[in-house]
Amino acid sequence: MFSQTARSNLMAFPAIAWLGLFMIVPCLIVFAYAFLTRGLYGGVEYTLTSENFVRVFDPLYAKIFLTSVRIAGLATLFAILIAYPAAYAICLAPKRLQPILLFFAVLPFWSNYLIRTYAWIVLLNREGLINNLLRWLGYDGEPLSLLYSEGAVIVGLVYNYLPFVILAIYSSLSRLNGELVEASRDLGAGRVRTFWRVTLPLTMPGVAAGGVFIFVLSIGNFVTPALLGGGRFQMIGNLVYDQFLTANDWPFGAALGMVLIAVMVALLLLQARASARFSGETAEARHG
Amino acid sequence: MADALRIKLTGRMILVLVFGFLYLPIAVLVLLSFNESGLPTSWSGFSLRWYVALAGNSDILHAAWNTLVVAVVATLIATVLGTMLAIGMETRKRRSTPLEALAFSPMVIPDIVLAVALLTLFSRLNVTMGLHTIIISHVIFDLAFVCSVVRARLKNFDFSIVEASRDLGASSFTTFWRVTFPVLLPAIIAGALLAFTLSVDEFIIAFFTAGAGRASITLPMQIYSMIRFGVTPEINALATLVMGVSATVLLISQWLNKEQMTR
Amino acid sequence: MNERMPKPVLSVDTVVKHFGKTVAVNGISLDIRENEFFALLGPSGCGKTTLLRMIAGFEVPDNGVIRLGERDITRDAPEKRPLNLMFQSYALFPHMTVWRNLAYGLEMEGLPRGEIATRVDGMLKTTDLTALAGRKPSELSGGQKQRVALARALIKRPKVLLLDEPLGALDKKLREKMQLELKRLQNEVGITFIIVTHDQEEALVMADRIAVLRDGNILQCGTPQEIYERPANRFVAGFIGMMNFIDGEIGADALFRAGGQALACDVDGLKRNAPAVLAVRPENIRLDPAGTGVSGTVVDVAYHGLDRQLYVKTALSPAPLQVRVAATGPDEAAARTGAGVSLGFDAAACRLFQE
Repeated sequence: MFSQTARSNLMAFPAIAWLGLFMIVPCLIVFAYAFLTRGLYGGVEYTLTSENFVRVFDPLYAKIFLTSVRIAGLATLFAILIAYPAAYAICLAPKRLQPILLFFAVLPFWSNYLIRTYAWIVLLNREGLINNLLRWLGYDGEPLSLLYSEGAVIVGLVYNYLPFVILAIYSSLSRLNGELVEASRDLGAGRVRTFWRVTLPLTMPGVAAGGVFIFVLSIGNFVTPALLGGGRFQMIGNLVYDQFLTANDWPFGAALGMVLIAVMVALLLLQARASARFSGETAEARHG
Repeated sequence: MADALRIKLTGRMILVLVFGFLYLPIAVLVLLSFNESGLPTSWSGFSLRWYVALAGNSDILHAAWNTLVVAVVATLIATVLGTMLAIGMETRKRRSTPLEALAFSPMVIPDIVLAVALLTLFSRLNVTMGLHTIIISHVIFDLAFVCSVVRARLKNFDFSIVEASRDLGASSFTTFWRVTFPVLLPAIIAGALLAFTLSVDEFIIAFFTAGAGRASITLPMQIYSMIRFGVTPEINALATLVMGVSATVLLISQWLNKEQMTR
Repeated sequence: MNERMPKPVLSVDTVVKHFGKTVAVNGISLDIRENEFFALLGPSGCGKTTLLRMIAGFEVPDNGVIRLGERDITRDAPEKRPLNLMFQSYALFPHMTVWRNLAYGLEMEGLPRGEIATRVDGMLKTTDLTALAGRKPSELSGGQKQRVALARALIKRPKVLLLDEPLGALDKKLREKMQLELKRLQNEVGITFIIVTHDQEEALVMADRIAVLRDGNILQCGTPQEIYERPANRFVAGFIGMMNFIDGEIGADALFRAGGQALACDVDGLKRNAPAVLAVRPENIRLDPAGTGVSGTVVDVAYHGLDRQLYVKTALSPAPLQVRVAATGPDEAAARTGAGVSLGFDAAACRLFQE
């Protein structure tokens, strides 16, 4: 009858075919589009050109790239600054409670992110909750214009992806061999120094994984800047959206998409390499 | 040591603050959905009027129905494909890195890139877009998640029970149905529920592959247009319901998979 | 006890520790002398590791005081105590090289870089680790890791070095070698060593004094010889080395009787006309000329190269008695399964215990 390998491959085939046809082929087409020219009435003309990529580096778009990187970077930074203490606090809790705490920390992540973003509109609006609260506490001046700003977008991004960053850091932190911390204390380091010299370096893979995740997703996000930024400024995601749905310049949109993928692949490779270097250490960090 | 106590209290406080941050916006929406006035300015009494209004809003009901159809069909297809992929991958003798990357990629690719790629494909093929294109697109990431959940269960699977079954005279087919499948079933269901939740909540890909017109609008798309163009308080009730459904589905999925947690 | 006893370097005074409802350490008191190699010996769960961790500072006693010299360190943080712990799993920092692992403790003391370098290089030389200085722990063998862990603790010149089952992870041959190595090292370096172990042979070989623990209490504290030859109670007698136990009774005539036989033994302080247990080591039972001692039949023989262990069925007890005889010499002939033998007991080496 069929060999084991043939059977395994047969099992995997339908899914592979689906992914091949509906994910790989479309991505290849987009890749191809990036080198084609835009047709007069939309669509494409089969003239090969590198103009699209040249346009990507145009100062106008460079500004958008920088804005995106800055916003995604800040979101990543704040998310890590909040997630690390949270993951640490979960690790301090009794062992039986930890999976429960983790579940509730991650639960918001699985709910609809449009709704979660909308909730922030409710909070930050001029007639929203925060302003009402301030009024109730006696504040008398102009309502704070919290919404439709870079800050609002950053808050929205952090809020959306924080659960996963907590999960990634917790993963790393919970596997840390507690005796390493004790050894450091035994050798004379106080709690703070032990954190800096032992705990933090050894949990870097988790921090990196979480950080790459939120950065990559933030950079390509268009919903949050659209809803919380009020169209005041654009990020790469909005740009791609525009090219495909309003400006009808698909080749240019494709080029932008390729740049996004390139950034993502570069970051993932970096992270994989850093992880591999750490993995010998993390195995030690787990068992000693 | 008073030191240890201080650390314990700080830890608790951090958790309170972070969980507060995570759940405050959700709590606000839930409260508002029951607020008579529907506005955050004041609490004018407990009321279900927004839920009632929701039930009468034909646009929302239409979108909800579409979403249900998409999620159920996509989940069914994805569960079958994803489970088969998982079994195919885990029964191999050697790990194949390209295969691993392929199975992993739908989860990491930025959804806007996938969305425009699919749009490009469908327009190239001159396919009229509608619910069917959304379903095809959703299967892509749904199957990746199902595969991931089932594989995790397979890693702990003792293959010697399959060998024992064969040794006792059962054919491969019988062995699969009576031994392998029942053991995997909780994980398969958990994966399916996860995929279902993802499909129900998914916005960007649906947005790009739904095509023109309002016929194939899904709930997230409806919510998006409501947020952009005209917020009515019904949206709070809708949000609460959607979150409630997602949370329940996830709780069930987690409970089914709980042996994984205690590994 | 000697009235001119020098002040102990570490003293543990009625220390108690609970974990929930379990009492891990039940009011233990100990005095450990300078430059001694002290062993805390006992089965798992006896409280020895908890006691060690309290001395190191990772647990705080519920009651009692721990003093290092004159100083009360009971509640001091671990980094403030001038003692160091060598972990059972070594706990080497995986992201640092051997060199940096050794330097870590000195950096915490705030020493200048030059001095740190000198001391690290010196220690590497002493422990024969210079070739491995640039390696990370994942690149070391078990024995090498152990040496690094030891060096890392010793480089800080602590007053007391605590070792938690230091040889547990090593294979038998390496373990025996390391037992002597550690003893030699302790002598050379002149620091007090406190070692926790469940291996009684290890304790006998290495320690100057041993404390035998069970269920959070110290059952006996003394030199290896005292503990081996004069165990204080039945548990200690059975825990150390091999021991035969014979259940019987002390008669009114101060003789121990079991299975119809009478044996003379030291019954000082024990109740007459009451049950008692006789403990005697295999090497303290002789093969006597026929008819003079307790008769028995050999049911099993185990050859150990230098000597033989005979299992002799007698009327004294349901289980066969273990008797150690030389492999060659007059007893050789008797060492066959089925042989009839006569056992003689050295009264001075027999110990009696009553519950």
